[in-house]
Amino acid sequence: MAAIEMSNIVKKYGDGFPAVNDVSIDVQDGEFMILVGPSGCGKSTLLRMIVGLEDITSGDMMIGERRVNDLAPRDRNLAMVFQNYALYPHLTVYENIAFPLRLAGRPEAEIDTKVREASKTLELDEHLERKPGNLSGGQRQRVAMGRAIVREADAFLFDEPLSNLDAKLRGQMRTEISRLQKRLGITTVYVTHDQTEAMTLGDRVAVLKRGVLQQLATPRELYENPGNLFVAGFIGSPPMNFLPAELDGDRLKLPIGTVSIPADKAQAAAGRGLLIAGIRPESFEDAAVADTSRGGSTFRATVEVVEWLGNETYAYIPFEAPPQVAEQLTQLAKDTDSEQLRTQLVINLDGSSKVREGDEAEIWVDTRRIHLFDPATGENLTVDRANAGRIPSLAGDKAEAQSA
Amino acid sequence: MKPKMGPGHWGGFVLILIWCLLPVVWILMVSLKPVAETTTGSPQFLPKTWTIQNYKDIFNNDDFLRALGNSFGIALIATFLAVAFATLAAYAIARLEFKGKRVVLSIALAIAMFPVVSLVGPLFDMWRVLHLFNTWPGLIIPYLTFTLPLAIWTLSAFFREIPWEMEQAAQVDGATSWQAFRKVIVPLAAPGVFTAAILTFFFAWNEFVLAISLTSTTAARTVPAQMSFFVGSDQFNPPFSQLAAAAVVVTVPVVVIVLLFQRKIVAGLTSGAVKG
Repeated sequence: MAAIEMSNIVKKYGDGFPAVNDVSIDVQDGEFMILVGPSGCGKSTLLRMIVGLEDITSGDMMIGERRVNDLAPRDRNLAMVFQNYALYPHLTVYENIAFPLRLAGRPEAEIDTKVREASKTLELDEHLERKPGNLSGGQRQRVAMGRAIVREADAFLFDEPLSNLDAKLRGQMRTEISRLQKRLGITTVYVTHDQTEAMTLGDRVAVLKRGVLQQLATPRELYENPGNLFVAGFIGSPPMNFLPAELDGDRLKLPIGTVSIPADKAQAAAGRGLLIAGIRPESFEDAAVADTSRGGSTFRATVEVVEWLGNETYAYIPFEAPPQVAEQLTQLAKDTDSEQLRTQLVINLDGSSKVREGDEAEIWVDTRRIHLFDPATGENLTVDRANAGRIPSLAGDKAEAQSA
Repeated sequence: MKPKMGPGHWGGFVLILIWCLLPVVWILMVSLKPVAETTTGSPQFLPKTWTIQNYKDIFNNDDFLRALGNSFGIALIATFLAVAFATLAAYAIARLEFKGKRVVLSIALAIAMFPVVSLVGPLFDMWRVLHLFNTWPGLIIPYLTFTLPLAIWTLSAFFREIPWEMEQAAQVDGATSWQAFRKVIVPLAAPGVFTAAILTFFFAWNEFVLAISLTSTTAARTVPAQMSFFVGSDQFNPPFSQLAAAAVVVTVPVVVIVLLFQRKIVAGLTSGAVKG
């Protein structure tokens, strides 16, 4: 068991392109840390630098009290589960799990005890004598985890371990990994591009974009207080709605109508001209079924498409965005690996809502949950800094990070 | 669903088998005839009198036995060295990015394409000066030269198929680079290693031109070369049946080796390493 501390880690490839740029993340002892981001954000590179499969261009990598920058992977005492499992096909399941122990030259009796213990935990007992080639995806995944847990390593590293499984198995293995980590209480760093895995597994989540750390916070903080447009768009499914907005006092003019927002939010974003408002789909409700006593505003809009799922309803309302905002939104869609065909509002209504396609409905919006972003920088102007974890791009935060 | 085997298939098989095996059976039959029978005008396919006298004769022939020993020694040493060198070289070629990699591979291929005969003269001169003429190393070294390129090409193709993650996983599991190579990469490349070994062994075992040109006595002469000295007392009537017996004897190891290693050359050993 050990904490992992990354300070100002930089990875530059031969062509000078920084795949990871000045990233500082502290993983506490026993913590489950997620590195998440779209493809090419440097999350896997960062993980491989922790384990020692990639050289670190500059910065310090500390595991426990040791600086490991120049140590070979075998001297770092970390266990890793690879995306494609990397099981040894010529060895049986038993020997695959025993491999690290045999390399360490442990006595036969100890190896046997540990392998059997691991196989019991992972329910691999009946497969011990089989070769990996004859196992299903989920079983291979468990063997890969078995090879990691017999080690008594200082930390577990997972590189997108579930991306090769089908959706159902992925859900089961996700729970399994979470349970195992809680039981062993071992420091874990887990790389994924799937924000659901990030939200459900992580104690804290580090969101990366193009090699730069965007925000490091708990899943709840990320969801409720995204530091910038990218984090806001990446975390949450369906994603946050972004609308062009203009502020006049505490009246916020949106393409779908004008709503009034809390004074503190209005003050934080005052005098900036054109803004981008971010509203999560579930911050909306059909005014007919909403508990409007909580405050908020209502507006009228024509619903284009309705998807009724039983317990909830998704409604789609198209709107026009001015070119500067549209451009920013297209870029954001590109950054988050999604594709936005049109500017539309996705709203999540209660299943009991009677709104039909083509109706002009009265929609209620919880204005306390609106975030306002600067269209030029993407910065969240209304972020609650006390509950947003660490946002490296915000001024003043750097000093705090260094003193910590 | 597999297509069914029709009578046409079987007919084809039988034809091909006859085509391939008839010369072998012919040699076998000749080797079982008395010498006198082979020198008559119109020898028949089956021996009139069956005999194993020819085999007794060649196994009582010291020169043949020594040549057999030379053949085994030279072929095995050449095979072992070629596989050892080729494994290391092919691993480097498959895994490392270095300047001139393509050049190395191209030159290796060019050497493999070089006609052996054209090197006999220069080698003969060099070996006399270097005192390698008529010695085991005198044959092993040129055999290595001609078999290494093919072995390197075969093995580097196998190594390239093995995912990088295998080694990285081994290193994270606590292996040194050498341990990762020996315990993970080499076993995975086993089919390639055996293929390379068989190719090298056959080349060295069957080679004739160098064997006859670079040797002068049975100190280093191998069986194919030695057989050309089986002329008997009358050079117009060589002992065909003894020659045939010797030919059968040198073929046996080849057949045995193929049967042994055939089981090892199992394609798709790496299946299951990664997501299948």
